[in-house]
Amino acid sequence: MNQPAPTAAFAPWEDAKAKPLISFQNVTKKFGDFTAIDNISIDIYEREFFALLGPSGCGKTTLMRMLGGFETPTMGKILIDGQDMANVPPNKRAVNMMFQSYALFPHLSVWDNIAFGLRRDKLPKDQIEARVEEMVKLVRLDKFARRKPHQISGGQRQRVALARSLAKAPKLLLLDEPLGALDKKLRQDTQFELMDIQEKTGTTFVIVTHDQEEAMTVASRIAVMDEGLLIQVDTPARIYETPNSVYVADFIGDVNLIEGNASPRGDGKTILHWAEGQPPLVAECPHAPDVEARCTFAIRPEKVTISKEKPTDRTNAIQGKIEDIAYLGNLSTYSVLLANGTRVKAQTANNRRLSRRELTWEDDVWLSWTETAGIVLDK
Amino acid sequence: MRRLTWFNTTSLTLGFAFLYLPMVILIIYSFNESRLVTVWAGFSTKWYGELLQNQAFLDAALVTLKVGVASSTIATVLGTMAAYVLVRGGRFFGRTLFSGMIYAPLVMPEVITGLSLLLLFISIGLDRGMITIVLAHATFSMCYVSVVVSSRLVSFDKSLEEAALDLGCSAFEAFRLVTLPIIAPAVISGWLLALTLSLDDLVIASFVAGPSSTTLPIKIFSSVRLGVSPEINALSTILILIVAVGTISASLVTKRAVKRRQMEEKMAGD
Repeated sequence: MNQPAPTAAFAPWEDAKAKPLISFQNVTKKFGDFTAIDNISIDIYEREFFALLGPSGCGKTTLMRMLGGFETPTMGKILIDGQDMANVPPNKRAVNMMFQSYALFPHLSVWDNIAFGLRRDKLPKDQIEARVEEMVKLVRLDKFARRKPHQISGGQRQRVALARSLAKAPKLLLLDEPLGALDKKLRQDTQFELMDIQEKTGTTFVIVTHDQEEAMTVASRIAVMDEGLLIQVDTPARIYETPNSVYVADFIGDVNLIEGNASPRGDGKTILHWAEGQPPLVAECPHAPDVEARCTFAIRPEKVTISKEKPTDRTNAIQGKIEDIAYLGNLSTYSVLLANGTRVKAQTANNRRLSRRELTWEDDVWLSWTETAGIVLDK
Repeated sequence: MRRLTWFNTTSLTLGFAFLYLPMVILIIYSFNESRLVTVWAGFSTKWYGELLQNQAFLDAALVTLKVGVASSTIATVLGTMAAYVLVRGGRFFGRTLFSGMIYAPLVMPEVITGLSLLLLFISIGLDRGMITIVLAHATFSMCYVSVVVSSRLVSFDKSLEEAALDLGCSAFEAFRLVTLPIIAPAVISGWLLALTLSLDDLVIASFVAGPSSTTLPIKIFSSVRLGVSPEINALSTILILIVAVGTISASLVTKRAVKRRQMEEKMAGD
């Protein structure tokens, strides 16, 4: 039996020879005096699930609407498949969009909504029927095909919108906050469904969201944006583990930030003096500045170990008092007050029953972490 | 449960009396036997019979209907287009002036509209007749249509049009296949409003009408000047009946549609 060749991890952005499907080249968009997009360049590759993440008003929706052809860049170029999109109207692009409000046509049935785009292409009738049938099955709406949009539930409407935008088999699908209107449980199910459909159809997806968990779950790469600027573009794991700035560290997940004076020790490690009378922190971090500077040390709560006794095997250990405990069921988060007034959060998995746990309010505890657990950020 | 107080009952009675007493009297006297309008001489439907024999009235009714349908159709097309440009066009050069000009006839005295149209038709040498009435009515009722349609367009989700464009429609196809079917109720009520205004108009029509094109309001007005005949009462009763049936059935249909929709939405949510 032939052993299948080991499939390489999907990472075209690391391959210098890969040709991007979408290429933003120094794109700037201004509305009057307001700069919505400020000189952005990104490459997005075929079959990627690319997330644009940021708070509302950061320009993520504008960036996506430019791909759809609903906005034109003030400066710079957008290439799709090597072709300059400057003068191509929305109806001439192999790009479809799923709108935040779903934008289902209220006067047409589910079936006719899905068939709408195919009919514009003047395809033969039997081909249209077969394709709509396929789409309806893909999103599991066979029973509701004859209903009008107001006769189905919110989750079903969302699936109709998805089927309609996929029906023309676009090269690129744009999703504008697609799951915003769904409740949490349904949203999580739909996220997996989206990933599944993306894999099945091989379409490139660009999703706009302000929900960092959603972006982490679905995306192959995330672009974190703020005020029209691109802050970091990377895989979810790298965005989480090695954010390039305090903004990204703070935006994605929970983080402890400790300010201090950092100086390189010479052996690739950085020393951070953060409070008088406290031992300096030692961190091993690839992007730490190589001169002495004011920096921020960032560490995730789940990487901080909390214990009653001072641990002997860890470089960084500081003492504090438990001020608050948030019990989340599977996890508990301890908020620990240090001697200088700084609060540091530590998170532990609750793999023991509540009565067996030893830590409680007002306990003096030690917080500790390894040299590689946190990172030093200079912006 | 709130009870009708003495004050509420009084205001209700006065209100209804003020609005409908003249019409009730008109309807009662349309069944009057006597030729004298103000003297009751027993029940009869003979004036309705005579009305049907009166060729002049029937001709005028036909002219009014033709003018109404033609002018309200033109007004609806132009008014919808104007509303679409005003709501969707963004900030183009001269937008404020354009919207001011569209809505001016709403506040313009009819006498002035009529007179200026008359002067226009004379200066371009257009013979006065049905065509001039149609043009005049389309001109002043178009602004009403555009008010009705633009108020619907303002609340219209723009992403529906973008979705149509995104799925391969040209701008015109997006309007025809998506926007128009959705705003159709507003367009239809705009058309009905324009029709009512046209059927109702006396002042402008009398400026621009020619000898061969007497509309019903002109006919009624001129015959009343010679003395009110019970035939006019009969004619007015018929008109009131048509309007009442139209209004009541329209509101019943809308109410039922709204109720059904609410029920379907409730069922879909479960």
